[in-house]
Amino acid sequence: MHSGEEYSAQNLKVIVFRLLDEQFGVDVSQVKSIERLDTITKVPRTPSFVKGVIHLRGAVIPIIDLKERLGMEDATVTDQSRVILVTMDGHEVGIIVDAANDVMDIPVSKIEPPPRMVSRVDMKYLRGIAKMPDQLLVLLNLDKVLDMEEIELIFQGEELTS
Amino acid sequence: MEMNQYLNLFIEESREHLQAINEHLLTLEKDPVNVDTVHEIFRSAHTLKGMSATMGYEDMASLTHEMENVLDQVRNGKMSVNPDMMDILFHCVDLLEEMVQSISNQGDGRLDVTSVVTGLKKILSGEELTPTVWFEEESFIQQGEMEWTFDEFELTVMKQSVESGFSVFWIQTVITTDCVLKAARAYIVYSGLEANGEIVKCVPSVEEIEQEKMDRIFDLVIITDRQKEDLEKIVLDVSEIESVKIKQIDPDQFLYHPSHAESEVAASALTSTELEPLVSTTESVAAKEVPKSTVMQKKSSAHKTIRVDIDKLDLLMNLFSELVIDRGRMEQLSKELHHGALTETVEHMNRISGDLQNTILNIRMVPLDSVFNRFPRMVRDLGKELKKNINLVIEGSETELDRTLIDEIGDPLVHLLRNSVDHGIESPEERERAGKPSLGTILLRAYYSGNHVFIEVKDDGKGINRNGVLKKAVEKGLITEQQQETLSNKQVYDLLFKSGLSTAEKISDVSGRGVGLDVVKTEIEALGGSISVDSTPGQGSVFLIQLPLTLSIISAMLVKVEHEIYAVPLNSIMETAVFNQEQIMRVQQQEVIDFRGKIVPLVNLKKVFNLPNESFADQEEISVLIIRKGDRMAGLVIDSFIGQQDIVLKSLGKYLANVFAISGATILGNGQVALIIDCNQLIQ
Repeated sequence: MHSGEEYSAQNLKVIVFRLLDEQFGVDVSQVKSIERLDTITKVPRTPSFVKGVIHLRGAVIPIIDLKERLGMEDATVTDQSRVILVTMDGHEVGIIVDAANDVMDIPVSKIEPPPRMVSRVDMKYLRGIAKMPDQLLVLLNLDKVLDMEEIELIFQGEELTS
Repeated sequence: MEMNQYLNLFIEESREHLQAINEHLLTLEKDPVNVDTVHEIFRSAHTLKGMSATMGYEDMASLTHEMENVLDQVRNGKMSVNPDMMDILFHCVDLLEEMVQSISNQGDGRLDVTSVVTGLKKILSGEELTPTVWFEEESFIQQGEMEWTFDEFELTVMKQSVESGFSVFWIQTVITTDCVLKAARAYIVYSGLEANGEIVKCVPSVEEIEQEKMDRIFDLVIITDRQKEDLEKIVLDVSEIESVKIKQIDPDQFLYHPSHAESEVAASALTSTELEPLVSTTESVAAKEVPKSTVMQKKSSAHKTIRVDIDKLDLLMNLFSELVIDRGRMEQLSKELHHGALTETVEHMNRISGDLQNTILNIRMVPLDSVFNRFPRMVRDLGKELKKNINLVIEGSETELDRTLIDEIGDPLVHLLRNSVDHGIESPEERERAGKPSLGTILLRAYYSGNHVFIEVKDDGKGINRNGVLKKAVEKGLITEQQQETLSNKQVYDLLFKSGLSTAEKISDVSGRGVGLDVVKTEIEALGGSISVDSTPGQGSVFLIQLPLTLSIISAMLVKVEHEIYAVPLNSIMETAVFNQEQIMRVQQQEVIDFRGKIVPLVNLKKVFNLPNESFADQEEISVLIIRKGDRMAGLVIDSFIGQQDIVLKSLGKYLANVFAISGATILGNGQVALIIDCNQLIQ
């Protein structure tokens, strides 16, 4: 857990996680911890990607299924699934991913803007891609994924239909 | 103590004194002959003067000094209270408050007070047309009242005369302003008195009088065997004498010391290092005058109190919340383990922590008085501005509210009071025409009821004009023409809380912009409370605010719906009940039951929360939680009751703040999360 951007002159430190068969990375400075998936208490009348809340060390934290949020079809949960606790605007949110077990240093020079059809995920949620020696890492723009305004609109949409 | 600790103390105590002066001025205005009140005000002003002089705030010191002069005249009976004087004194207090505010914002406390000071001086030298004489309760002169002192020779002479059975009097004569030959008149008084005793001291001196180096006032000290009344007659027999003041002097009371004026100047030139020795000097000078010295002391109040940092209180509260969660866990575990000693200990711990909880919550409670105390002044000023006679009656100011609410409740109340003054209470002429007393009354009342605090703002004004409100509402498009007839009075009044609605003809500084009451409603609801209004045309209106007593730890009823556990705040619950299937009736596709003679709609929580097995039509017995909001009720259909428990409110966070019918979450003893139901949203 680091605070502040970790740029050792040329590197971006990211947490690498898997969604289906794609590898994604998020800036380590936004990540608070990685947890196993425990019981989730459902909260009614919320968008379907909001799975509910969990109790973690005395706090109640909302949980979002990242695959659903990004519009990926298959949103099943396995033993490997993990919850990545991120901090946005002082608020904590947990995002469910299929697996998370790597931390990588990405040379900034290797980061490029994402080309059009690189991922199933909508381009607006992407920050860039990194061409690593053995894989392609898509860097996620968490700010957009957890953008309050957009989520508000989805909420309101939910309200109208329920 | 360091300088800024001095500063904080200075600011706090100044504010307390200014508040006291404000209150006493209001009392004095209503009862101008009450000398005790004047003494109180004088004491506070005097203390303020000393404190500000010591701290080096010259403008404050000089303003309070001028106030003191005027107050002195009043308390010695030389002047009587009149409306102009009251207004200026109130204005002085306002300026002093501004200065203290500037000091607390790290300013220098400087303010241009020349116009006020001039006003005060004018009052001091105000014209009085008839000669007047007052005899004060203390007929003996107090040290510090005179501008000058006696030297050793004079004191010795005076003491010896008193021992020989003579009296020593101090006589102050004031000559009328339009007297042309003041010096001549003074000389006549002087010779008249000289014939009846020995004049020990004369200020200005005889020579100065002869050279006409004098103004209207001159002082004499005379040793005589004549009575006070005789001396008085001698002076008043001289023409063009406006007034005379005679006080007896007890020479034993006088000590030789630097003059009063001198030590004041010295004090204002202080630095903190010089504080110590000068403190003792100012103390001895002021000792006779005022019981409190000019040193900043802790005010002793009726009961001992200490000032506590608010952050510390918050920390205490948070830590205690954590404890409550663990307490729940312990209870759970001890139930599972069936260990005798453990169960006993846990029970004991529960009792102790229960007491601890009550005490902590009480510490956070602050009496509403701290909010209410600025209102009398505000209403008075507003009433004057709008030329209305209004009396503000405050009841229940000892009612306590959680600290966080106290800070927030002030603004909405200010708005409601201004509303009553501006729109509610009519002008005196209108009131008389309506057969009402010309003095309007606004009642501000606070009281407890159940788990809530209620605050009422009630006026005996003209009430809410139903048609006026309807007209404006139609104009603004809030309702249609047709709807006008169908709305009940209460519903019409509720329209007032909608944004953009105001029935004031013109926008005044006070109100009329139509963005007031809706903001008030939002503010109150943000605190977890609610507001309603009722009115009788011609007789008045009443606004009722309801606020929760405690915030983050609440008593709740835990219930089970399907596999989920929900918590329902106890203060929304009227009763729990079990009904048979047959008792359920349908009215317009809404299932209802008859609860003690009232038709109560049923709310199917499984449906509301999108849970499976919605229908309860096949169940023999239905468990229902009767909830209420104001005078409306609803019945929540649940699967089973679990029990009552104190729970800690946890916020759901930014993303889930607006979920329908859920106001938060709590962590149960077993670590599970239970959602808290917001009953208000479930009752239409």
